[in-house]
Amino acid sequence: MREQDPQVRARNFEEVPYGYTPEEAVEEAKRCLKCKKPSCVQGCPVNIDIPGFVGQIALGNFWEAMKVMKTTNTLPAICGRVCPQESQCEGSCVLAKKMEPVAIGNLERYIADWEAQQNECVMCEMKPRTGKKVAVVGAGPAGLTVASDCAKMGHSVAMFEALHKPGGVLVYGIPEFRLPKAIVEREVNFVRSMGVDLQLNYVVGKLKTLDDLLQEFDAVFVGTGAGKPSFMGIPGENCLGVYSANEYLTRSNLMKAYLFPRYDTPIVRGKRVATIGGGNVAMDSARTALRLGAEKSILIYRRSREEMPARTAEVHHAEQEGIEFNLLTNPVRYIADEKGWVKAVECLRMELGEPDASGRRRPVPVKGSEFQIPVDTVVVAIGNSPNPLIAQTTPGLETAKHGNVVADPKTGRTSKQGVFAGGDIVTGAATVILAMGAGRLAANSIDEYVRTGQW
Amino acid sequence: MLSPGIKRFELDAAEIARKALPGQFVVLRVNEEGERIPLTVADTMPDKGILVIVFQEAGKSTKLLGSLNEGDSILDLIGPLGRHSHIEKFGTVVCIGGGVGTPEIFPVARALKQSDNKVISIIGFRSQDLILMADEMKSVSDELIVATDDGSNGNKGFVTDMLKKVIDRGEKIDHVFAVGPVIMMKMVSKTSEPYKIPTVVSLNPIMLDATGMCGVCRVDVGGESKLACVDGPEFDGHKVDFDGLMARLRTYLPEEKLSLEQYEAAKPKGGCCGGKGGCCA
Repeated sequence: MREQDPQVRARNFEEVPYGYTPEEAVEEAKRCLKCKKPSCVQGCPVNIDIPGFVGQIALGNFWEAMKVMKTTNTLPAICGRVCPQESQCEGSCVLAKKMEPVAIGNLERYIADWEAQQNECVMCEMKPRTGKKVAVVGAGPAGLTVASDCAKMGHSVAMFEALHKPGGVLVYGIPEFRLPKAIVEREVNFVRSMGVDLQLNYVVGKLKTLDDLLQEFDAVFVGTGAGKPSFMGIPGENCLGVYSANEYLTRSNLMKAYLFPRYDTPIVRGKRVATIGGGNVAMDSARTALRLGAEKSILIYRRSREEMPARTAEVHHAEQEGIEFNLLTNPVRYIADEKGWVKAVECLRMELGEPDASGRRRPVPVKGSEFQIPVDTVVVAIGNSPNPLIAQTTPGLETAKHGNVVADPKTGRTSKQGVFAGGDIVTGAATVILAMGAGRLAANSIDEYVRTGQW
Repeated sequence: MLSPGIKRFELDAAEIARKALPGQFVVLRVNEEGERIPLTVADTMPDKGILVIVFQEAGKSTKLLGSLNEGDSILDLIGPLGRHSHIEKFGTVVCIGGGVGTPEIFPVARALKQSDNKVISIIGFRSQDLILMADEMKSVSDELIVATDDGSNGNKGFVTDMLKKVIDRGEKIDHVFAVGPVIMMKMVSKTSEPYKIPTVVSLNPIMLDATGMCGVCRVDVGGESKLACVDGPEFDGHKVDFDGLMARLRTYLPEEKLSLEQYEAAKPKGGCCGGKGGCCA
């Protein structure tokens, strides 16, 4: 797929890839071998009928392709852009063994963008109204999936979102250049068009508790995400200029601080920005720093490239744009100037030891390898833990060590009758599509529960 | 308007008004370009569905908010946020409000009074013309001391001087609550510490989402990093790293100045008539 030139795009917030032309889409779709047992579908957490929609694109039937898509996925423009296809559908594509797999993500994105340009959109088949009421807490990827699935099943759905815009991480976390906010808005509007009632600025746990919701609704889904930023707990983290990735990205994305002073929320436009971490959020932060005018955007990651959890495409894009990678490096403290601003990060070199619980080789510090990197801004992107608010205010809702809500991975059922949960609040910080997959499973068991009353 | 630059707004927010308790806050956004502004709940009238906020017009965002008239609406309002004040019968409590902190200490003082505490309130201002809510504070206090920095009301001194006097007169004080500028809360905490009087301060760090998501409001409390938005905003004043908080509050001074300058420059000149003349000087 054609992309903006790295040197140019590193200084703007426009989307990186341009998208296919219709001819390119058809051409790419024709590469699909139409396997009898399509392994790509197995690789997809929401089991999209991939050969089905790709086959329709190959025939030039874009409308039909979109119909196939929407039977299983109401958020294709988002998934096409942010899923880690290389470890899912495309990674499972039989072509991948010999050559490039079918660019399923690009095709998904193409067909959704194509639909957006038409005068009407493909509507989902709606089952007759059941009279059952479902509350969805959190309008992120998991919640949106539950809401749209339950609406299709004929239930009345009310969605409660704490922020002033729906989309969760899709609006506060993922930057414009990777996922334009107009696209999120369009897909959220589609979910609302199915009759889902959306209440913004509504903090469940403060205004109403989960128990209050259970009085009004037949079932409640909790998809409140992993919104609590982790810090390393090293000296100097409270220096001025040290951000959590959540803060940095929320300022830039949700509050549009990159357009300051036209928008009122400010953000520090550092000249030398260090981002700590190796995941998608770290890539997003480091690339945002460039676009905010950094002369140097430095990534500091304690393991090696192989262990980086970020999407391959993001690592590649970051490198192309000139992000400086400091691998096998770990910060030990931040050093402030006389006014309290961060002026350097002291790091240790690391080497890889034995594999740890994650199966990745554990980084071990190299003794005496301390060195300093001069910086004026730091973004800590080492992960998030679940938002504790719901668990704190809901007696009888079982949580695990890190505050994750305990839910059956197959059904999303929690320890509390009528309450389901899925996405990052259960798993800890993961991906958009895994949250959607959990939402899909939860929606099915919510449907079963509200119809039968069987727990 | 309560005093120069300080305004009191009644918001139509029935659901929040029913739930909000003393010590909690709300976040609002005036318009699409606006910041999320955290403001302490100054009062509620649950039967009327009204939530009261009091704020000082300091930067662009609060001036913009202050420019609204009765009947206007704001884009977003979220709350109640934060933990509410811990209210019980302590015995004798001192409630301290500094400047715009006074309307914020008011609901706390009232709740303490309602819980049968003996409430001694101390409120402080720069000068007499800035004094606000003295009558309201008096109505919920057994004793009210009003101090001015310049002595223009006849009682010169800082709130800490008044606190010291109250302590020195030998009365047993069981608890202190203080809301006001960070430096005031720091000095109050320093004043009460040698006497081991538990002291609760309400912190006002920079906030963004204010739901525990961004971490910008983190503050060191007794060596632990706490989030003012979800763990607070009230903390043990004897444990708070006030200097760290003050430093972090300065993060965006240049940006705040720029925003305000642009806002002031874009405002129509000459007041009500937009400079066209005829209705104002």
